[in-house]
Amino acid sequence: MTGADPRDRGGPQQPLLIVDGLKKYFPLRNALGTVSAHVQAVDGIGFSIAKGETLGVVGESGCGKSTTARLLMQLIEPDAGSFVLDGDPVGRGGVTVRELRRQVQMVFQDSYASLNPRHTAAQEIAFGLRVIGKDTATAEAEARQTLRMVGLDPDLYAGRYPHEMSGGQRQRVNIARGIALNPRLLILDEAVSALDKSVQAQVLNLLDDLKQRLNLTYLFISHDLNVVHYVSDRVLVMYLGKIVEVGPVDRIWREAAHPYTRALFSSRLSMNPALRVAAPPLSGDPPNPVRPPSGCRFRTRCTLAEDVCAASEPALIPSPLDAAHAVACHIARAGSGHSLAGALANAA
Amino acid sequence: MSTSTTGLAALPPAVRKVARPPGRSFWMRLGRHLLRDRVAIVCLVILLAIALSAIFAPWLVPADPYKTSMLRRLLPPGERGYLLGTDELGRDMLTRLLYGGRVSLSMGLAPVVLATLIGGALGIIAGYFGRQVNMLIMRVIDVFYAFPSVLLAVAMAGVLGAGIMNSLISLTLVFIPPIARVAESVTTQVRNQDFVEAARATGAGSWRIIVEHMLANVTGPILTYASSLVSVSIIIASGLSFLGLGARPPIADWGLMLNTLRQAVYVAPLNAVLPGVMIFLTSVSFNLLSDSLRTAMDVRA
Amino acid sequence: MYLYVLRRLLYTLPILVGVTLICFSFIHLAPGDPINAVLPENASADVVAQVKAAYGFDKPLPVQYLIWFANVLTGDFGLSIMTRRPVLSEVGPAVAHTALLAVTAILLSFVLGAGLGLAAGMTDRRSTDRAVSTFAVFGISVPHYWLGMILVVIFAVKLHLLPATGMGPSASDLTQFGMEDFRHLLLPAITLAMIPAGIIARSVRATVAEIRRQEFVQTLKGKGLKRPRIFLHVIKNAAPPTIAIMGLQFAQLLGGSILVETVFSWPGTGFLLNAAITTRDLPLLQGTVIVLASFFVLTNVAVDIFQTLLDPRVRRV
Ligand SMILES: Nc1ncnc2c1ncn2[C@@H]1O[C@H](COP(=O)(O)OP(=O)(O)O)[C@@H](O)[C@H]1O
Ligand SMILES: [Mg+2]
Repeated sequence: MTGADPRDRGGPQQPLLIVDGLKKYFPLRNALGTVSAHVQAVDGIGFSIAKGETLGVVGESGCGKSTTARLLMQLIEPDAGSFVLDGDPVGRGGVTVRELRRQVQMVFQDSYASLNPRHTAAQEIAFGLRVIGKDTATAEAEARQTLRMVGLDPDLYAGRYPHEMSGGQRQRVNIARGIALNPRLLILDEAVSALDKSVQAQVLNLLDDLKQRLNLTYLFISHDLNVVHYVSDRVLVMYLGKIVEVGPVDRIWREAAHPYTRALFSSRLSMNPALRVAAPPLSGDPPNPVRPPSGCRFRTRCTLAEDVCAASEPALIPSPLDAAHAVACHIARAGSGHSLAGALANAA
Repeated sequence: MSTSTTGLAALPPAVRKVARPPGRSFWMRLGRHLLRDRVAIVCLVILLAIALSAIFAPWLVPADPYKTSMLRRLLPPGERGYLLGTDELGRDMLTRLLYGGRVSLSMGLAPVVLATLIGGALGIIAGYFGRQVNMLIMRVIDVFYAFPSVLLAVAMAGVLGAGIMNSLISLTLVFIPPIARVAESVTTQVRNQDFVEAARATGAGSWRIIVEHMLANVTGPILTYASSLVSVSIIIASGLSFLGLGARPPIADWGLMLNTLRQAVYVAPLNAVLPGVMIFLTSVSFNLLSDSLRTAMDVRA
Repeated sequence: MYLYVLRRLLYTLPILVGVTLICFSFIHLAPGDPINAVLPENASADVVAQVKAAYGFDKPLPVQYLIWFANVLTGDFGLSIMTRRPVLSEVGPAVAHTALLAVTAILLSFVLGAGLGLAAGMTDRRSTDRAVSTFAVFGISVPHYWLGMILVVIFAVKLHLLPATGMGPSASDLTQFGMEDFRHLLLPAITLAMIPAGIIARSVRATVAEIRRQEFVQTLKGKGLKRPRIFLHVIKNAAPPTIAIMGLQFAQLLGGSILVETVFSWPGTGFLLNAAITTRDLPLLQGTVIVLASFFVLTNVAVDIFQTLLDPRVRRV
């Protein structure tokens, strides 16, 4: 099935999706019902996803991963931000939002809640196919075919309701529903996080297999660093609605530059003793996203924070050693005013 | 096909048969549960008996429900072949009680059915679209909620004038607000679930999602709640007739019969209270049936 | 928290305005010319002109409403067509009579409901529990106007124990309330108490049963099961919902006693409403409905705030 995708217009070098300045603030209402504050869920992030890659997204709970996913899916309106799909700007004069949506699908974390309890597996998958204009019989047939593709025998599973399946089987149905619409980008928001380890491995294998066969690109969101390491080509690290670091997976794993990333890794059982010493594990909870700290948002939990960190916000800039690796930290930028500026980049 | 992840093809045929999908829908399970509930069965039988005897009254009782006789007024039950006696105008009580089920049962069910359609639709729309749409609909509903139900029914029926149509309108108006509230809150809950997001992600329009995804999930709770109102509806509807605001003479209606027989309570108390027995029986049956329905819903959830 | 209470109070204002809007629309919903709805058929041309000007029937609807609304705000609901007296002076005593009935009924229902609920919840005998549940269903399902008739048959017609209808001699002055008044009050109050008693019995029974389940688990863990402690626990947990139910049901009774008042010829708001309807006395109808609905709204708010103060997690609206 690998070959030239007729939808591929920009060529292999053109990223499938470029996101810029994406922002979403959720209004908070007080007891009188007026908007009193905003949750800064996603605050001006930009990144690109290359064709055929798997971009992992990591970060603590509440840092805005799911919000980013829903924004990409056009499930919620961004307050600001632009999208470029395969070279064409989305919005006025370019690709329609609908067209973008058609090329992106999503698999949610909760396999049970994301399936309609009153629909059988086949009905659930066929729904999307009918929405894009296929008649009931065709949709039904394709749904069964898709079930087979995700490793579920349609004779056994097509007529099953969600409560009649295991978590792994349900998540396969969710994946089937996503790929049935033939998207180019599949967003997996904690898609395997709720599954047992052995089932998780099977589903990851399936995802790998589907990616090859269907020419898919993945945005893989997870808080499980080991899983992200296993599946990703590149990794994007988020903290309180911002991107703090992004780069090739091996580089991030070996030479994480941001203190947050390092702390994140040391809180997992690291095989690498050097890393464990390099940064103390994270303590406490992230600050309130309604009133994030000034300057660098991580500074309140950062052991290396200095005055400059409170005074100015570090920009996400490419590392001088590797243009694909970008960090948003004053320490990583020579001349930022931080006493360790430029030191860490060489330390590793 | 990645055989590493399926392993199903390897199963022997016998095992496959055992693993055959039950594929049992929500409503089938609910029905099964109800059929095992003895109280529910008894109530259902009583209600069916009342309904059927009302529908087939002309074939069950030979007497004319409107034929009056000055000579045979207020005969006690059993006398001169009148199984349940006669009313204040000498009409056969049994006949009128059976015929009365037509109006009384309809007046219990029709307002609730109408209110469920209207209030349900309003609540679902308010819950699904949220924000201003929700504000607009629910604030108006709140105003109607500001009246005690009996007061609203009586005042509306009083203003519109006596008659079956008008009391139907008043009762429907009484039941729309509570049903809309329940529908709204259930819809809001369902709407925030991931499967609705997933449905939206396919690019489906709002109406399609409401019809194909929301309805099946909200009708259960809405109907359960609505079923608990049938008993109330029968009592208030008969109450309106009792006040002279509902059915008009000489129609046979339990509430109206109670009204016209009220004066006879000193002379023929048994005859006078008989129509109330019918109202009570129906209302209790609907109440218990509704309780069973709720239990069945809770258990399967 | 206080903000919530404030919001809840503020929100009653638009609701009350909405109530007046609905009541205003009564004039135009009633069949026939609104003038005829407000006036008796034999009204003189003089009166017709006077009323026309007062209601502003020649002006557009919104203006009509505003004129009327301004009057209502000052407590002026117009004159009763039946008695030619100000509506408010008719509604006042009627509300007092209905309130007397409703308060008595609510207290009765509390004694009955809480007693039966406790009995059912505390007993280990299934039969007692069954009996109480049956009573609760009965209370909720019985057409109370019919129950009233039965009570009249039993206690007035057959046993001659209590008067069948009417209010005692102190109807016009409740400060003179005496034994004879109490005897008149008993039957309608019992009748009205049925519904709330059923609801309270159900709720108390459920609360007590739940607490006993918890206590049972504690016992299994080795803590002794002491009756007085359970009882205290029960009171603490069952009181808030019971008080809330009583409040809400009291509000329902104020507006819902019309049927029972008719059965017992009790000179309350229901009686007034009935009279207003049969004589097509719309100003009286509007006035009664607005007053009752306002009481209803305010009682509901009070219950809501009470619950919020007790348990801030219960936040509705
Ligand atoms: N609909 C919403 N309304 C208000 N706040 C929201 C909403 N959705 C998410 N948030 C808030 O936005 C922040 C980011 O949430 P989310 O994107 O779900 O984080 P993650 O998926 O990384 O755990 C959290 O603080 C969350 O509470
Ligand atoms: Mg998330």
